[in-house]
Amino acid sequence: MNGPHLLAVAPTPFITVQDTGRRGWQRFGVSAAGAMDIESLAAANALVGNPPDSPALEFAYAGGEWQVNADSCRLAVTGGAFRCRLGDRVLEAWHSATAHRGEPLTIGSAPDVVWGYLAVAGGIALPDQLGSLATHTGSGIGGLHGRAILPGDAVPLAARRAPGGDERALAPRTRCSKPFRVVLGPQDDFFTAEAIELFLSAEFSISPRFDRLGYRLVGPVLDHAKGFNIISDGVVPGCVQVPGDGQPIVLMRDCQPPGGYPKIATVVTADLDRLAQSRAGTVVHFRQVGIVEAQLLRRRLLARMADLPNRLMAAGPRQPTLAGR
Amino acid sequence: MTSPGEALPTHAYGARGYPRFMPLGDTALTVEFGDAIDPAINAEVIALEIALAAAEIPGIVETAPSYRSLLVCYEPAEISFGALIEQLRRLLGQALRPYAPPARQWFVPVRYGGVGDTDLEWVAERLGRSPAELIAIHSGAEYTVYFMGFAPGLPNLGGLPSALHLPRRRQPRPSIPAGAVVIAGGQAAVHSIARPSGWHILGHAPIRLFDPSQEDPFLFRPGDLVSFYPIDAREFDRLAARRDRGEPVILPEPTLPGQEI
Repeated sequence: MNGPHLLAVAPTPFITVQDTGRRGWQRFGVSAAGAMDIESLAAANALVGNPPDSPALEFAYAGGEWQVNADSCRLAVTGGAFRCRLGDRVLEAWHSATAHRGEPLTIGSAPDVVWGYLAVAGGIALPDQLGSLATHTGSGIGGLHGRAILPGDAVPLAARRAPGGDERALAPRTRCSKPFRVVLGPQDDFFTAEAIELFLSAEFSISPRFDRLGYRLVGPVLDHAKGFNIISDGVVPGCVQVPGDGQPIVLMRDCQPPGGYPKIATVVTADLDRLAQSRAGTVVHFRQVGIVEAQLLRRRLLARMADLPNRLMAAGPRQPTLAGR
Repeated sequence: MTSPGEALPTHAYGARGYPRFMPLGDTALTVEFGDAIDPAINAEVIALEIALAAAEIPGIVETAPSYRSLLVCYEPAEISFGALIEQLRRLLGQALRPYAPPARQWFVPVRYGGVGDTDLEWVAERLGRSPAELIAIHSGAEYTVYFMGFAPGLPNLGGLPSALHLPRRRQPRPSIPAGAVVIAGGQAAVHSIARPSGWHILGHAPIRLFDPSQEDPFLFRPGDLVSFYPIDAREFDRLAARRDRGEPVILPEPTLPGQEI
């Protein structure tokens, strides 16, 4: 590729291009998809001066090895404390940095989270499909050929060189282990009172069987009162559906309507990013909130995201050079 | 501990029956019209979706119909759960009579059976019919697109004759191709992309139902009317070649708009 691009030298599996999701096509059976951690996507974009919903690369656990093939390129990694290197420099997560032509970028692991985001100033220069660049691999649409990034792929960039100005930093997002707040329904009436009580009081752990479609939980069996088959109906990310084995599955960004299992509750959007970032084995609790409180929480989330550009700080002193280079 | 939202019942009007409004967290709700896969109930769903689109209520992000309910996604910073239900009640109170939306009629060519993965003979045997009888029953019926879903552009069809009702396969296939004409339970469909499925394949249609490179990527819409007719291998190949060149294989015929059912 001749134009400016990021070359995937040794990418990890499951890297996809994601934005805030595809709107308006669910009525034709198309998933919204979009970033698993929307706030971290917005943070990465803020650090490089992009609009908050710009597409970025989403990776799981680590991002692998890349090469910056542009005159220069401002980039930032967010999501968690991913250990990154740019050329011979340490690249701190939640900091922007400017890469020179040909510089290698290594995105290592983070101690605590699942999903990370690599945003580049000016954004990714791929054509949108149905109004979005969000990759939905199940449908083969969005991103690069509707699939995950493979070794040798070139992700085209919109900007040939980095913008001027100082590098920026954001305070890393603090994680809490508070219960995940849920609104009961839409099918809480399909469960016994004991099952609802159990769901709101028991410990569940996140199963290793999780992906962008859903997170399986392991815990006490939730008994259905009226069977576990419903006439398939609408679902959204956050819906906690309970199939016949009584073990809940929280639907995530790649879900698409309809779904055929009763949904006992729905995780509020203000807590969904945090759930997505919880690794297998994490113990989770759920707490009921009313719809008015849930919508207040969402307004706070939107206000916090809108405030991201105001929370940018000047990046600290130049990062130390790695020994031996 | 009480929260501010507890003043609102979860199922706001459930005690009085349908329609009822069920929250899916803070950004979506479902309007449910019944508890059956039924053309009259589905027509109410489609009617509300059309009325809602025309009403242009600020804060509604998108809607998605399914068999017996309408999913409404909204931005609570612009419209609250309570205010949205008020608007929905107002629309539903305007004597929205169940009606067939301005529908289009499609005639879909199908190569029944034939080479490759099909269950035509197996299904015929299970139903105590000959393959020819099975084809006659399937292609003799009129179907309605209840909704699109499970995959992009996949029409979920109502109207399968009861003689063709049978459970899904015990073992789903890991992948069945786009164009596969399938039945299971009381439902019929045509596959829009290659995907896993436990439905029974009766044949294949040489049409493209989902093409994201097109301005209008979807062949069908909710409310469309669909019939099937049998074609032979030679005609299948001829039409498939046309499909592969990106040319339209079938075009819809208009029907009377808004006709009462």
